[in-house]
Amino acid sequence: MSAFLKLLFRNRLAALGAVVLGAILLLVLLIPVLPLKDPNATATADRFLRPFSEGHLLGTDHLGRDLLSRLLHGTRLSLAVGLAAALIAATIGSAIGIVAGYFGGRIDNLIMRGVDMLMAFPYILLALAIVAALGPGLMNALIAVAAVNIPFFARNIRGITVGLAGREFIDAARLAGLGHTRIIVSELLPNVLSTIVIAMSTTVGWMILETAGLSFLGLGSQPPQADLGSMLGEARAALITAPHTSVVPGVMIFLIVMSINLLGDGVRDALDPRLRSGALSRPRATTLVDRTGPVPEDDGKGLLALQQLQTEFHVGKRVFRAVGGVTLHVEKGECLGLIGESGSGKSVTALSVMGLVSSPPGVVTGGAVRYAGEDLLAMRYADLRQRRGENVAYIFQDPLATLHPLYRVGEQLAEAIRCHHKVSESETRERALELLRAVRIPNAESRLGDYPHEMSGGMRQRVGIAMALANDPDVIIADEPTTALDVTVQAQILALLDDLRRERGLAIIFITHDFGVVAQLCDRVAVMYAGRIVEQGPTKAVLAAPAHPYTSRLIACVPELGGGRRELAAIPGLPPSVDDLPPGCAFAPRCDKAQTACRQGEIALEGTGPRAVRCLFPEEAV
Amino acid sequence: MGRYILKRLASAIPVLLGITVIVFLIMAMIPGDPATAILGSYATPENVEKINRDLGLDKPLVQRYFIWLGNMLQGDFGRSFSLNRPVLDEILDRFGATLILAGTSFVLCAVLGIVAGVVSAARQYGLADKAITFTVLIGISIPAFFLGMMMILLFAVKLRWLPVSGMYAIYGGGDLPDLLRHLIMPALALAAVATGVIARLSRSAMLEVLRQDYIRTARAKGVPERRVIYGHALRAAMVSIIPVLGIQAGFVLSGAVYIEIVFQWPGVGRMLVDAILKRDILLVQGGVVFVAACYVLFNIMVDVAQSLLDPRIKT
Repeated sequence: MSAFLKLLFRNRLAALGAVVLGAILLLVLLIPVLPLKDPNATATADRFLRPFSEGHLLGTDHLGRDLLSRLLHGTRLSLAVGLAAALIAATIGSAIGIVAGYFGGRIDNLIMRGVDMLMAFPYILLALAIVAALGPGLMNALIAVAAVNIPFFARNIRGITVGLAGREFIDAARLAGLGHTRIIVSELLPNVLSTIVIAMSTTVGWMILETAGLSFLGLGSQPPQADLGSMLGEARAALITAPHTSVVPGVMIFLIVMSINLLGDGVRDALDPRLRSGALSRPRATTLVDRTGPVPEDDGKGLLALQQLQTEFHVGKRVFRAVGGVTLHVEKGECLGLIGESGSGKSVTALSVMGLVSSPPGVVTGGAVRYAGEDLLAMRYADLRQRRGENVAYIFQDPLATLHPLYRVGEQLAEAIRCHHKVSESETRERALELLRAVRIPNAESRLGDYPHEMSGGMRQRVGIAMALANDPDVIIADEPTTALDVTVQAQILALLDDLRRERGLAIIFITHDFGVVAQLCDRVAVMYAGRIVEQGPTKAVLAAPAHPYTSRLIACVPELGGGRRELAAIPGLPPSVDDLPPGCAFAPRCDKAQTACRQGEIALEGTGPRAVRCLFPEEAV
Repeated sequence: MGRYILKRLASAIPVLLGITVIVFLIMAMIPGDPATAILGSYATPENVEKINRDLGLDKPLVQRYFIWLGNMLQGDFGRSFSLNRPVLDEILDRFGATLILAGTSFVLCAVLGIVAGVVSAARQYGLADKAITFTVLIGISIPAFFLGMMMILLFAVKLRWLPVSGMYAIYGGGDLPDLLRHLIMPALALAAVATGVIARLSRSAMLEVLRQDYIRTARAKGVPERRVIYGHALRAAMVSIIPVLGIQAGFVLSGAVYIEIVFQWPGVGRMLVDAILKRDILLVQGGVVFVAACYVLFNIMVDVAQSLLDPRIKT
C-alpha cells in the first residue's frame, strides 16, 4: 500500500489532482465554521454584484445572493450527490455482475442481455426517460444517474467474477459445503473489491458531471436549493450581462472533474505494472547506441562481423547485460549456428545487428557491427534503413505475430521490394510471384491475395522467408525460424534454406536452441550462455568433442532416434539473471565440475585455429 | 459483405425491441395517475377518464405495450398534447438539426482525436505530446455546456466573430455559409470531450501496436519510419479505435442535448427537455425510442466499417 502511494505521488499530475481535490473537500467540510452568508438570503438591491465587492468575495447572483456561499453549498451538494450515485451504481451494478458471473449459464445470459440492452442507449436518453417518469428533482436525477451507470459496473465485475468463479478456492469452498451467499460474500467479494473501488474512482467524476448536467437542464435540484449544475443553469440567462455568475460554478465543476481525472489516471498508472517497466513507451526507429569505450578496428574478417558487441536493457535502475561482448563473423555462403537456452541473449545479439532491439529499454553500449567493413552502429538512420532488408534480412520466429495481420501477403511482399527499388506495379507483382514460387508455395498466384491468418504456420513461415529474400540480401539472420513448426514442416524449411544458401551464396546466421537443427544445417556453431559466447568451432568438431561442460550438457539433451531408452539429461537449474551476474564463469552454479577458480575473475575465450572455449577445465583441449 | 450487413441488421431487431420494452417500463413507473400528472389542475374526473381512454391507460400493461408498439411500427408515435401535433412529425422536423450538429461534431472528434493521438504517440514525451496531453486533459474535464457558454462569451460577445445562438440568422441568411457560421461553436463545444477521449485512446493504442512483432518486421524490411507509423501501426491501431468511435457517438448524441439548450439549436434534445418539463410523456417516449434506434443503426455501421478494416472478423 505504501509502495502504491509512493508510486502514485511520484506522478506529479496525480499529486496535483490530490491537492486540488483535497482543498475543495476541506473547504466544503469547513462550511459550518466558515463565516458564510446565508446562501438563500435574497437582496434584490445587491443583484449581480461583481466579484471582490464589499462583503461578497465572489459577488452576487440575480437575486442578490452571496455567490461564495452558494458556490460552497452547491459544491457540497454536487459532491454528495455524485458520490451517492457512484455508491448506488457500484453496489447494485457489482451485485448484478457477481451474481451473473458466479452462477453463469442461463442466469448470466439473461442478465447480460439486459445489460447490453441498457448499454445500447446513449446514456442521456435513459437518464431523461427516468427523470421524465419520476419528475424533475435532485433525488430523481440521482436515481437516474445511478441507474444509467449500473450496466458499466455489472459488465466489469462480471468479467472478473467469471475468471474467479472457475478457480480452485471457489471449488474448495463449494466442497466444504458453504452456501452460495457465503461463498459470494466471504470468498468472491474480497477479491473483486479493489476492482470495484477503482471503477468507482474512475466514474465518480462522470457522475458528478452527469448530475450537474441534469440540474443544468432544470431537471435536477429545484430552487432555492442549488447544486453547481443548477447554479450554472440559472446564471445562463444573464450570461452576457453578468458572466461571473456562470464562470464561478463552471470553473468549480471543471476543477473537481479535472482533479478526479488526474487522480484516477494516477491510480490506474500506479496499478498497471507495464507502465512501471516502461514497456509502454514507444520504441525508436533504431536501437539507441551509446558506446562509452573505443570502437574496435575493422579486422577484415567475414562479410558480417560482430566485434565485442554489448547490448543492455535499462529498466529503472536495473541494468540487464543481455549481450556482454560478443564477437562473431560469417562469410559469404557460410551458415553459422548460434545456439543457447532461452534468455541466453542470442535473439538480442541478432536484433542488435540492424538496430532492431526496442529502445527504450535497449541500448548498445559497446563494440561494433561491420557489414563489408562499415560500422552499422555508427550509421545514420536513413543509411541503416537502406541496408535493412536490402543487404541484411531477417526471418523471425512465430510468423503469425511477425506478419502484419491486416495486409495481404502480396502487399507485404510488394512493400519489401518497393521500399528499396522503384519498380512498376506489374513488375513488383511478377517478382512477388517469383518469390513465393522460390519458397515452394503452391498456387502462388492465389496466395498473393491471402491474409496471414488464412495460411498455415508452414506457409506463413515460407512467406517470411520469401520476404527476407525479396531484395536478394547477402546476409540472412534467421531467429528460430522453425521453432513454432511441426517436425515435417521444419525439415522442409531447413532444406529450403540450405538450397537457397547454396544457390545464392547467402551468408546465414541461424539462431536456435536445438543441436539437431545445427547439425543439419550449419558449418560452424557458436554456443551462447548468459550473454557471452562460451564455445565456438566447426559444427562437426564441436558435436564430436564438445569442450565446454555447458555444450556437452546441451548436446546430451538431444534425444536420439532409435537410440533405445536412456535417461534424458536435463540441465538442472536456470540460466542466471543477467542483471546480477556472478564473477567468473556464469555457468559455474549449474556445473558439476566447477571449482573455486571458476568463480573468480574473468575467463577468456581461448583456443587454437577455428575452435575456442571459455572454460578453465574444458572437457577436451582445443 | 451484403450478407454480413443483413445479419447485423437482423441481430438489431431484438435490441430495438428491448429498447422499446425498457422505455415502456420506465414510463410505466410514473408514480400516481399519469392522467393527473398530465392534466395538473385541470384534473376533473371526466377529463381524467377521457385521457385514460385516449391513451389506452385503462387496459392491462402488456396489452398497452403491444398497442403502442403496433402503432409505432405503422408510423404512429401518438400525439403530443403540449404541441398538439403528431409526435413523429415533430421528431422528424427536428431530427435534421440534431443530425447536422451531432454529425459534424462526430466527424470533428474522430478526425481531430485520431490525428492528435497518433501525433502524440509518434512524438512520445516530445513537446507536441506534452502539449496535446495537456489540452486533452482540459478538454475532457470541461463540461460541454460550460465550454459552450464560455465560447459564446469569447467569440460571440467579446470578439463578435460568430453569432450567439440559433441555427440560421433571423433576417437574411438561411444559406450554407450562414449555417456554418452558426454551426462552428456548438459543433466544437460538443466535440471537445469526445475528441479528448479518442485522442487518449488513439495514443495508447498506437503505443501498444508499436511494440508488436509485425512492426519490428516492417522495420527489418527497411520500411521508412514514417510509413511504419502512419501505415502499419495506424492501420492496426484503428482496429481498437473504431469500436470506441461507436461508443463516443453515443456521448456526442448525449452532449447534444446540453449544447442544443445552450445554443438554442432547434433539435431533438431541446424538444425532449421541454417535453419532460411539460410532462408530455408520449413525446418523450417517442423521441427516446427514435434516437436510440438511430444510435443502434449507427453502431451497425461502425461494425461494418470494422469488418471492412479487419479481415479476421468473420463476415
